[in-house]
Amino acid sequence: MRILFALLQKEFIQIKRNKTILRLIIVLPVVQLLILVNAATLEMNNLQIAVYDNDDSALSSRLVSELDASPFFRMSASPPNVESGISQIEEGTVDFLLVITDGFEKDALAGNTSRVQLLANAINSQQAQLGFAYLQQVAHRSMKNFAVEMQGIVPESKISTTSAFWYNPELNYKFFMVPGILVVLVSVVGMFLTSMNLVREKEMGTIEQMNVTPVRKSTFIVAKLLPFLIIGLFELGLGLIIGKLIYDVPIEGSLWLIFGIGTLYLIGLLGLGLLLSTFSSSQQQVTFVSYFFLLVFILMSGIFTSVDNMPEWGQKVNLINPFFYFIDVMRSILLKGAGLADLWRQVGGILFLAVTLVTLAVFNYRKAS
Amino acid sequence: MIDVDSISKNYGKVSALCDLSFKVRKGELFGVIGPDGAGKSTLFRIILSLLLPDSGKVSVKGLDPVQDYKSLRKIVGYMPGRFSLYEDLSVEENLNFFASVFGTTVEENYHLIKGIYQQIEPFRKRPAGKLSGGMKQKLALSCALIHQPELLVLDEPTTGVDAVSRSEFWSMLHQLKEFGITIIVSTPYMDEASLCDRVALMQQGRILEVASPQDVVDNFRGALFGVSGGNMYRLILDCRDFDMVETVFPFGEELHLSFKDGGDHRTDLHEFLKRRGSDEVSIRTIQPGIEDRFMALMATS
Repeated sequence: MRILFALLQKEFIQIKRNKTILRLIIVLPVVQLLILVNAATLEMNNLQIAVYDNDDSALSSRLVSELDASPFFRMSASPPNVESGISQIEEGTVDFLLVITDGFEKDALAGNTSRVQLLANAINSQQAQLGFAYLQQVAHRSMKNFAVEMQGIVPESKISTTSAFWYNPELNYKFFMVPGILVVLVSVVGMFLTSMNLVREKEMGTIEQMNVTPVRKSTFIVAKLLPFLIIGLFELGLGLIIGKLIYDVPIEGSLWLIFGIGTLYLIGLLGLGLLLSTFSSSQQQVTFVSYFFLLVFILMSGIFTSVDNMPEWGQKVNLINPFFYFIDVMRSILLKGAGLADLWRQVGGILFLAVTLVTLAVFNYRKAS
Repeated sequence: MIDVDSISKNYGKVSALCDLSFKVRKGELFGVIGPDGAGKSTLFRIILSLLLPDSGKVSVKGLDPVQDYKSLRKIVGYMPGRFSLYEDLSVEENLNFFASVFGTTVEENYHLIKGIYQQIEPFRKRPAGKLSGGMKQKLALSCALIHQPELLVLDEPTTGVDAVSRSEFWSMLHQLKEFGITIIVSTPYMDEASLCDRVALMQQGRILEVASPQDVVDNFRGALFGVSGGNMYRLILDCRDFDMVETVFPFGEELHLSFKDGGDHRTDLHEFLKRRGSDEVSIRTIQPGIEDRFMALMATS
């Protein structure tokens, strides 16, 4: 116990002396939460749209003015013909081109199907799809209103759709991002700092001196991991405070549950950090390897894109992605107020990964030294 | 104290140690002398339980480094060749840390390190990484001693250290001997061999000889001559061409040379060299040193 205390004391002195790391621990969460949450938005607005109106009727100008009023689209000057509209897309000055053909209103009045053509710059396919969906909505609304005014009757509608957005009624994108960014933050501490700290002992040769002391390997590992568990939980707390104060992110569920699962999650990631460090002999190597895992984990995790849209194999890969589970856990607890009973699948996944990673890491650490 | 019994160690196909055996007595200052790559560090790491030998047995004070490594580590102090203390901890913190890790305190064993530590005590608040080479060495020695080990293992402690610090270091080792600590030290410098009680001469994973420095010198058979004058390189080539010459190698400003029968054929050699065009050659008898013995052993092995 005294030895563990001496080792912990040493670790904390070293962390305290390392001013760069210390500053990062404080500044990183603040900056990431301030910048990333605001910047990494998937909301669509201010899409540039140009309309080539060949019909020039009451109905077509109604459609155009409704599009103009929508916050999603911003009108560009009408092109003189379709070709110049297309070349505007090619140049990148507009994102969408709406072509309203002659006879648009006539068809509508005659009860036939009226047609419009939408050309979209689909380099950003997500933007193109969403833009298309928005436009469809706007077009339908215009048609309906037009019909009501012309015929003075309410068209009978077989299905009426009303929507309510649960758990995030205002569709506040920030509520969605904050928990995700928080997970990334905690993970960076768990993986990067731990593995780098462990490899540093190898790089500096100090492990050689430690190995001839009577300190047990298990004691040494615990003393290495415990400080980063504490720092990781501190980051989690700091991040939640920032999320609450600045973005007013709801905390529907239990904070105890968040920190409980957070601890389990961090133990798993510390195990991963330890495992990576056994394969590397320099901080440079371990940084590179950690970076690889971090990138894959983040992009697969569903932090930006919905996991449900991924191909099936991708969703399978996520079964061993700790980020995926913890981001889900964080969003569910914070926004939905989920309890342990609702999260047994995710917690099971985290538990499984934690046990596996720590076992592998300890086994490999023994073998390597 | 240490009993090394025919140990071998291979790194893949490279044989690092080959059937090594020797004993170190209690309270002895034992030197392992050999050039870089002779296998000195590998040998030490096996004695320290950091490495497993492929075959053979080692015992330190009756303890087996493989099985009893826990008890062994309590009685051994180790100073690796490379500075291995925490550079971001201060002098004082390093010392306290290693004391705690061994379950002791600095006060308890201060008498052991007093002579050494006092010299760096004025800098006790300074980070270890900011110390000069000589001071780092003193701190490393203090840390290796703080748990009052019975055996001190020093891997090339004087490599890359200036001449004054080197002789200072050796006098510190002699002081430590008075506490009854057994010391085993490796060095590539032949001149340091004479400062040990006994030495093992090592080359390419083999031990060539284990003896006291005096015996090592006495074991040099026959007469040794110093040859000098003219172009050294040409002189070596010419001497090698002479039938009676056994060994010839440069040593400072002279060539050290011995004849095959251990006798004295100075006049014949002089004649031979004169015929080869070297006129101003002087040849004198000299006392062999440890390096001469080392070279002779290398030539025969």
